[in-house]
Amino acid sequence: MNLSYLFDAAHWDPTLSGGIPQLILSHLGYVALALLIGTVIALPAGLYIGHTGRGSFLAINAGNAGRSLPTLGLLMLMVTLLGLGLTPVLIALSVLVIPPVLTSAYAGMRSLDQRVVDAARGMGMRPWQVLTRVELPMALPVLMSGFRSAALQVVATATVAAAVGLSGLGRLLIDGLAVNDYSRVLAGAIVVAVLAVGLDLLLALVQRWVVSPGLNPSPKGPS
Amino acid sequence: MITFEDVVKVYPGGSTAVDHLSLELPTGKTTVLVGPSGCGKTTSLRMINRMVRPTSGRVLIDGRDVAEQDEALLRRGIGYVIQHAGLFPHRTVLDNVATVPMLLGCTRKQARTDALGLLERVGLSAEFAKRYPAQLSGGQQQRVGVARALAADPPIMVMDEPFSAVDPVVREGLHREFLRLQKDLGKTIAMVTHDIDEAIKLGDVVAIFRQGGRLAQVGTPREVLANPADDFVAEFVGRDRGLRSLSFESAADLPVRPLSEVGDLALDDAGRPVGYGSFTRADSLRLVTDLAIISPAGIAVRVDAEGVADGVVRHHDLVDHLAARRREQP
Repeated sequence: MNLSYLFDAAHWDPTLSGGIPQLILSHLGYVALALLIGTVIALPAGLYIGHTGRGSFLAINAGNAGRSLPTLGLLMLMVTLLGLGLTPVLIALSVLVIPPVLTSAYAGMRSLDQRVVDAARGMGMRPWQVLTRVELPMALPVLMSGFRSAALQVVATATVAAAVGLSGLGRLLIDGLAVNDYSRVLAGAIVVAVLAVGLDLLLALVQRWVVSPGLNPSPKGPS
Repeated sequence: MITFEDVVKVYPGGSTAVDHLSLELPTGKTTVLVGPSGCGKTTSLRMINRMVRPTSGRVLIDGRDVAEQDEALLRRGIGYVIQHAGLFPHRTVLDNVATVPMLLGCTRKQARTDALGLLERVGLSAEFAKRYPAQLSGGQQQRVGVARALAADPPIMVMDEPFSAVDPVVREGLHREFLRLQKDLGKTIAMVTHDIDEAIKLGDVVAIFRQGGRLAQVGTPREVLANPADDFVAEFVGRDRGLRSLSFESAADLPVRPLSEVGDLALDDAGRPVGYGSFTRADSLRLVTDLAIISPAGIAVRVDAEGVADGVVRHHDLVDHLAARRREQP
């Protein structure tokens, strides 16, 4: 086992189909789509449940159930039902995104200081303004941590796409194993790991940028 | 004027929070709703800006039923101050204060400029503007809360225990600021407190509630202290209500003795008393009584505007004065 595959310049040719840059690109494509779909479903649901308190058992149990669901098994089931293609992969990966986003949206809304929400209403904000100007910004730190953990999981798990004939960094693992090219397998594992860490760092930067400094545990400022 | 017309609030489950309340809160005055916990004072207060809806009866502002007005627009026209201030933690102090003007369509720039002026008005310097609420003390947060409520210059202020979450020294300062501001602004204020001392100090009118959401007595602080309607009110305003009522008596008419009567009175070069508490004509009889009791010699020293001693009052002068007053107004 060695790093020769990873450091072979030929494998980094951006125009080469099956080269590492194109695999990264398709991998990130699955990740982005799954995060988008999962968030579009889980965020409003979590916010609603957290805001109203209705169906909170759903939010908590969906979180636990979702975590224990094997993605590969779900993917195979979807392929059996729907046939090969992008759809079963996106369903399996989106299901992975839903629990952390749903649970954190719920927890974020539940943790709000109700006196502040009362003040917002009492000052004459309409319900939508209370949500977008007060509740969401205040819940954002918790929300972002849920989204980051979802992103990490999806980056690591999106390799399953290759198991059903699609692209992504899983190709390096599956194809490498098929021909006993462990250098290729190692290259795949390393690129996925670096990608995961890189994405998390990027999201950490986004979080710093979108979350108000006033919500930090010990806000720094001119004093 | 804010009018409660036979207002009832029954919560699901059958507990009556407010029981047939009829009350008028005069324009430009501070009306304090006071009573033990569970007496319905906060529920009543929150009906003014429709945070609570009455089960029956009406709440009117200048003759218009609040139930018939747009909820958000109604609230933007009423300053709202709550316990612990309830500031938005993710917004700077300046943006907290600018909230309602911006809801009303003011530009951000204009709202912020106005907010700076308001901060100054409540005794906070411009350096606080860029801070976040978590970086302020409780008293400072409460000042920001008052500035935020005043930002759109609403004619009415609704204040729910605004000063109860801060320590007594800070509260004292906030009370002074409140009275100074209200003297300038003349808002119609409805305030809730459980502290009868605060009610008497800040209120032009005091409405005392009893358990079960019933109004026990309404009147000026002076009336309530002098003539409690019943045993509950007498008990609630406290045993030392006689002493408290002296807060309303001016020391201006109090006869003083010449300084020469007190041989050992220590004065500095400018003629100011040293080691004695002093009062001016503008102070209350309560202060004079307090000074005379504290002083080992049993005297209180009167000073003029420059702080120069111009007379003394002895213990028994005070008693004679009060007895004379009582004879005059039976």
